[in-house]
Amino acid sequence: MHLSRRTVLTGLVCALSVRPVQATPDLMEAAIAAFAKGRAMKPGRVRLDLPPLVENGNAVPLTVSVESPMTQEDFIARVALFNEKNPQPNIAIFHLTPLAGRASVSTRIRLGDSQFITAIAETNKGELFVTKAELVVTLPACAEN
Amino acid sequence: MASVLINVPKLVRKGETIEIKTLISHPMETGFRSASDGKLIPRDIIHRFVCTFEGTEIFFADLFPAISANPFIAFTMRAERSGTLTFRWLDDKGGAQVETARLDVQ
Repeated sequence: MHLSRRTVLTGLVCALSVRPVQATPDLMEAAIAAFAKGRAMKPGRVRLDLPPLVENGNAVPLTVSVESPMTQEDFIARVALFNEKNPQPNIAIFHLTPLAGRASVSTRIRLGDSQFITAIAETNKGELFVTKAELVVTLPACAEN
Repeated sequence: MASVLINVPKLVRKGETIEIKTLISHPMETGFRSASDGKLIPRDIIHRFVCTFEGTEIFFADLFPAISANPFIAFTMRAERSGTLTFRWLDDKGGAQVETARLDVQ
């Protein structure tokens, strides 16, 4: 069978472009479903700041911020972080109040592999906003032995 | 007792949104690692962090093993008046570390 360079490249691009959907493991989907409880998740408003390339998966700096007026009537109540390739899908759930002034939290996380991180923000009215970020880890956590 | 670093801005104007940074020494043992004898090391993590201002809860976090050792958490607060911030870290062994910091609003 003759394969031209163009056929091979087109096939490769297709395979790469569908990969994120298929690679999302069931555990993370289940954890997100438990958080969302059947509500629709809209894209936007959430911003996830992560280094695209990480040398050490034991401490990856992460900042999640959400556009919100943070008033008594309209604020972000919860922000949840999920990963797809650590032994457990949850990373953290942050509970905010209107006293926060703005919705922005920073922490450091462990990552066992290169993967997508998902952040979901929940407003006080129960609306959900979601974003994802991909990063590459060269030395994963959980690999010290 | 674990050592703790808390950073609250010194010069704060009324109504300003400030960032509060916290760091605590803790192994955050995941429960997925095995010791040299092959046995699993039991999980021991800080699973909850709470910050209150003058008795009012302003922020809390549920943490999982995916949080790094020596957890660093930074969050924001709108400073309306001076008062005491209380920080509480709860771990799997039932231990709690409580620290306070002063917030002075000018």
